[in-house]
Amino acid sequence: MAVTDKVDTAALIQHRRDLVASDAVLRISEAEAAAQASPGDPDDERMIINMGPQHPSTHGVLRITMELKGEVVMRSRPVIGYLHTGMEKTGEDLTFLQGPTNVTRMDYASPLFTELAFSLATEQLLGLEIPERATWIRMLMTELNRMSSHLLFLATNGMDLGAVGVMIYGWKEREEVLRFFEMVTGLRMNHNYIRPGGVAADLPDGWEDALAKILTELPARLDEFDVLMTGQPIWRERTQGVGVLTTADAIALGATGPLLRSTGDAWDLRRDEPYLAYPEVDFDVVVGTYGDTFDRYAIRLNEIRESMRIVEHCLHNMPMGDYRVDDRKVTPPPRARIDQSMEALIHHFKLFTEGYSVPEGEVYAAVESPRGELGCYLVSDGSPKPLRMHIRGPSFVNLQTLPHLLQGGLVADAVAIISSVDPIMGEVDR
Amino acid sequence: MSGDPLLRGTIDFVDVLVVLFKVGIAFGFLLVATMFMVWFERKLISDMQNRIGPNVAGPWGILQTLADGLKFFFKEDLRPREADSLVFRLAPYLSVVTAFVAFAIVPVGGVFKDGDPTSGTVSLFGKETYLQVADPPMGILLLLAASSIAVYGIMLAGWSSGSKYPLLGAVRASAQAISYEAALGMAVVAVVIAAGSLSTHDIVAAQSGGYRSWYWFATGLIPFVVFFIAATAELNRPPFDLVEAEQELVGGFHTEYSSIRFAMFFLAEFMNVITMSAIMVTLFFGGPAGPIFFGLDWLFPTLWFFGKVLVFLFVFVWFRATLPRLRYDQLMNLGWKVLIPVMLGWLLVYRAIVLWRDDKIDPIPTIIVGSIIAIVCTALLTAAFSAGDRAFERENTPSDREGS
Repeated sequence: MAVTDKVDTAALIQHRRDLVASDAVLRISEAEAAAQASPGDPDDERMIINMGPQHPSTHGVLRITMELKGEVVMRSRPVIGYLHTGMEKTGEDLTFLQGPTNVTRMDYASPLFTELAFSLATEQLLGLEIPERATWIRMLMTELNRMSSHLLFLATNGMDLGAVGVMIYGWKEREEVLRFFEMVTGLRMNHNYIRPGGVAADLPDGWEDALAKILTELPARLDEFDVLMTGQPIWRERTQGVGVLTTADAIALGATGPLLRSTGDAWDLRRDEPYLAYPEVDFDVVVGTYGDTFDRYAIRLNEIRESMRIVEHCLHNMPMGDYRVDDRKVTPPPRARIDQSMEALIHHFKLFTEGYSVPEGEVYAAVESPRGELGCYLVSDGSPKPLRMHIRGPSFVNLQTLPHLLQGGLVADAVAIISSVDPIMGEVDR
Repeated sequence: MSGDPLLRGTIDFVDVLVVLFKVGIAFGFLLVATMFMVWFERKLISDMQNRIGPNVAGPWGILQTLADGLKFFFKEDLRPREADSLVFRLAPYLSVVTAFVAFAIVPVGGVFKDGDPTSGTVSLFGKETYLQVADPPMGILLLLAASSIAVYGIMLAGWSSGSKYPLLGAVRASAQAISYEAALGMAVVAVVIAAGSLSTHDIVAAQSGGYRSWYWFATGLIPFVVFFIAATAELNRPPFDLVEAEQELVGGFHTEYSSIRFAMFFLAEFMNVITMSAIMVTLFFGGPAGPIFFGLDWLFPTLWFFGKVLVFLFVFVWFRATLPRLRYDQLMNLGWKVLIPVMLGWLLVYRAIVLWRDDKIDPIPTIIVGSIIAIVCTALLTAAFSAGDRAFERENTPSDREGS
């Protein structure tokens, strides 16, 4: 049982107050910051500096206002909203069938997870039972996506710490996974592959060979990451003891995923609130000890290895059967049937014009994305479009920890820490 | 034996011509070498990273740097409103000029024989001369002076930009240069003690008896390693490129620079890499020394020299492809707490050995006195370091920070 199960609410509230009192967040307005920017007292070594939104290391358009004393970060505040596209609001204007096309664009590094969360929520509302093969395909694809997302993290993390080679190596390995995605879904990102009722298409011919190739080649490459980074003295110096997060902090700030696990709290939705067929596969939840940047790096590196175990299991135990539910109210009929059956034509027409109606109710479905708990909250009023759609983005919530992690570190640490939190701004701003 | 034979006695018109010729050749060579160095680095790094690298301009993309240079030349020269106009324009020249100056003291060819007055000379226009632009008596000190002034270029560039990230880069640059200059200087002292001269020509001449007469023990172990690390830091090359640190400071001191002024910093950086490699070859690896085949004694020393330089250039690129960047305080710790004490200790040990060997002083008292000094120094240093760490902790803990 994870620590999160026995949280003492009073202590949690007290801890939140302590965190506020620790004065890590720079709570001043833009005007005040601008006023402080002009030179005043010469003995005042404090300086307010903007990192981002155009900065090489803020992972897109994150902006952090930092108060520096020399190069030491005293207080900071993440400023978000530079990539706001109103996807949640857009989701209310799209049918449930169109939903995945929209949500897949949120977390563009691991798009399949948002599709999965949305599909699981919709299926809960519909009360649909998904074919076994569809469940396993979803598990296979999301685990591969976890691998590609973590490889992207390794690449950018190496880049942010100045190891430019690592960036290319990470991208190179990710490319192999993306190639497999392209083979299966037709796209490298924004797949719209996982849909309510199953997946868009069955696995193509030869998928076993393509997957086996990835599984045989990747382990050796991961070991090379170990040689290049894990055992590297400069790397360890830069990451160990930097940006330390305690379990209590993480829980009080709502951090999940590798951020929470790095503190030693083994909380993983795949194991603790299982979905798909996770109870049937064997994998370990990777945890850290110190909650520092190194632990977060090591967890992600080892989670790639764990994901590979799951993928291998899926490869050998992929059940036969339908890849989507055989319910013509939810999934379109096969193309060939439309020419033969009037009913099929009507179903097809209705599905792609009006969509399918979903029973009234509200539901929350959560999956363990590479960044933490990714939840989808749906309210339906019985129409084909959701009344309200909300995504609990782990990147957004994890960003809350930033001021506390940055406090007392140097500017160089700030870059390492932002990278280790691994925010995807598309998901933060939605 | 001191000084260039060309400048002994009266100086006529041909002497002036020879000097101008050498300056011109060195200038042209450095520019072309820098061009190739940029290409070499990009090509090598792309090989190490499974990329193709420049491959469009010229065969193997060899003219890429020329294309880049042309592009820089025609770009708009932007100057921030807040910038200090004069200093902002002066800074790039400080960097470039010093990069040229330092190369002047490097002997690039000639057959060297220790104690032979004609060693290391070549004949140019009927005049005997050294194959180096200048051989001032204080020789190697010119390198330290030039590299110190180059730091002004970086520091003033960052300061005059009137922007915060370049300012941080400038502060880092000055701190880094001060710390590593010290270690660099002391590593040079070890070489100077071993060779008995400050002149680069004499240092090379003293190592001229093949690789056996390189100072493997005196300078090959600790001073070379210290010099190499300090030189990498001095050059702002990875893993010590904190001054630029693209991921942290968005380019550091040259963030606000554009067009040809930016190109000058770029040029200076790569030129310094070449110069520093050449200096390392001169100080530690016998300069142009090496076996000569077919009696081609005008060719092989220069070939050997460039071959050795190429090895160091490769290593610098290799560093960049492999290593993550150090943090500012770790860099300072490495400089002040490791390199400088180690170098001081080595100078003591080496002097003690020289005393014992050359002056026949009884080794036992030497060792005893030396150990006592070493223990006392280590204890003092350790105490000072921990006191410094405590002071830093005190100053930067969130609890007693002035709140607002």
